[in-house]
Amino acid sequence: MVRSTASETAAISVRDLRKRYGDVEAVAGVSFDVQPGEFFGILGPNGAGKTTTLEIVEGLRKPDSGQVSVLGMAAWPRNPGLLPRIGVQLQASSFFERLTAREQLRTFASLYSVSARRADEMLGTVGLTEAAGTPTEKLSGGQAQRLSIACALVHDPELLFLDEPTGSLDPAARRNLWDLLRQISGEGRTVVLTTHHMDEAESLCDRVAIMDHGQILKAGPPATLVRELDQPLRISVQSGLVPAGEFGGEDDGVSLTIATTDPADVLAGLARRDALAGLRVQGATLEDVFLSLTGREYRA
Amino acid sequence: MKLVSLSRAMFLGFVRDRAALIFSILLPVLFLLFFGSIYKNSNTPKIDLIAVGQVNLIQQAQAHGGPQLSKILTVTHDRSLSAALASVRKGNADGLVQQEGNQLVLRYSVADQTKASIVQQVVSSIVQVANEAGHPATYRLTSSQVEDKTLKPIQYVTPGLLGWALASGAAFGAGITLVSWRENKLLRRLRLAPVGTAQVVTARIGISVVVGLIQMAVFLAIAVTPYFGLKLTSAWWMAIPLVVCGILAFMSIGLFVGAVAKTQQAASSIVNLIILPMAFLGGAFLPLDFAPNWVRDASYAMPLRYLVVGMQDVMARGEGPSAALPAIGILLGFAAIVTLISVRVFRWDDA
Repeated sequence: MVRSTASETAAISVRDLRKRYGDVEAVAGVSFDVQPGEFFGILGPNGAGKTTTLEIVEGLRKPDSGQVSVLGMAAWPRNPGLLPRIGVQLQASSFFERLTAREQLRTFASLYSVSARRADEMLGTVGLTEAAGTPTEKLSGGQAQRLSIACALVHDPELLFLDEPTGSLDPAARRNLWDLLRQISGEGRTVVLTTHHMDEAESLCDRVAIMDHGQILKAGPPATLVRELDQPLRISVQSGLVPAGEFGGEDDGVSLTIATTDPADVLAGLARRDALAGLRVQGATLEDVFLSLTGREYRA
Repeated sequence: MKLVSLSRAMFLGFVRDRAALIFSILLPVLFLLFFGSIYKNSNTPKIDLIAVGQVNLIQQAQAHGGPQLSKILTVTHDRSLSAALASVRKGNADGLVQQEGNQLVLRYSVADQTKASIVQQVVSSIVQVANEAGHPATYRLTSSQVEDKTLKPIQYVTPGLLGWALASGAAFGAGITLVSWRENKLLRRLRLAPVGTAQVVTARIGISVVVGLIQMAVFLAIAVTPYFGLKLTSAWWMAIPLVVCGILAFMSIGLFVGAVAKTQQAASSIVNLIILPMAFLGGAFLPLDFAPNWVRDASYAMPLRYLVVGMQDVMARGEGPSAALPAIGILLGFAAIVTLISVRVFRWDDA
């Protein structure tokens, strides 16, 4: 996928969006662009205004002020010309009652005039062929998420919205779902994801916008955001291989940990001493970025 | 195609829901079996006879017949023939007698076969006994039946319970669907799909009408068996459009409840709170003919009354097809007004 240039039309363009509920300004002047083919993440703790922003972009809510353009069209009021071109995954429970996975997906497919055969293929794409006859109420959390993503994808939309897709999943199911999301994004589709998991955004997104209190604090590729922090790396090896004082590190009896802004020197030194057993190199994460932006620990 | 698949999804959701099946079809049918059977055997052999004007023969018989006769026969006196006739027609009395000279005239109702034959036997035996006792004059008895305006139990139990079943089925169907779809955000999901509100609503109405007609078919199939003996009168088919309009009216109640209730439990409590009292006051459980006056007055405010009485008129009382038209008009008007109100208070989501 060729990254689009700025002159091309953005898939989503949001300018100075505001939405107030009573005394709370849920969205307080948000602007961002999402380029075609991009995997864009809106990241922030619960209550940061991610979901409200997404709902306005999807066309579910009317903003108090600001402009939203989705695939070159206005999202509000409900725009029937736009709906077939976007896919929205809301929650793993937004299903018709007592239908099997296959029936569920076929029903959604027909709402978009998509054939049952195509729906069954999509069931295979998300790895649910074997659970096709299972009532949706009996699917596991991971399976239900996959099905709800399939329901959002069945009409092959250009733009896909995912709201906290891995919300309540166990770690294995989360990783599993990440693979699926990478695959979906790899097909050239534009994907917008909200999440409160920093690692998820870091692992999946081309670009993230970090939100707090209704505002975007910073936006950019996760690696760039982290690099800009210029935090020391933490290099650790098994305890007792070299004296702690030699590299200015700390030995807690399990690991020797060295914080440094010149990792090459430290690693070369350790290699010369043949002291690389149990080597781990930890850089800063998006959580550190959040900490530096807000001055407080990140709590999802 | 969208309509078909939406309808299919909703229909599967209904038939796979045991609780819905039990409450909308099985429970009302059990009620029908139960009420139909008790009322069937509730007839007491004691008969009420009205003596119009002077009926010497009956007075003599009462004087001489002693306690044995009064065990089976209650005689009341009335001066007005028309009032007495009306009483017999409505089934309040089993027969009336008049005497003109030696001629005794008995008019009786065949609403209840047993009582009809008892009243004939009792009066003719009074005449026979009088003649054999050698009275100077020979009495002659002429008997004839009056036009029967009473309803047999099965004739009011069936429309009443069917009306209740239809009302609660339609109101629950619409109300619970709306609330649960709002709760699980399916409503928002549908709003983001290229499908119009009209198609979703039409599919839901279609399913409620199909379920209602199934309820009706099951009810009528049971009630017309020889055991219960419901005889459908000629314009019974007019009950079908009436039932469809009744379903629309009660779906509008469900729609309103679905618009204001936040949880499914709240929705089902509110629906019960509306439908159950209405079933009592609207003549679904207790026939209005036997109800106290205040119930009869209150019934006019109950949409269920028009459904139940309308069905009785065309299915059991033998009235013409046009008898159901006022009820149809009232039910449709009610549906329109309540739907308009519901649309105004409707919310797509909880926030």
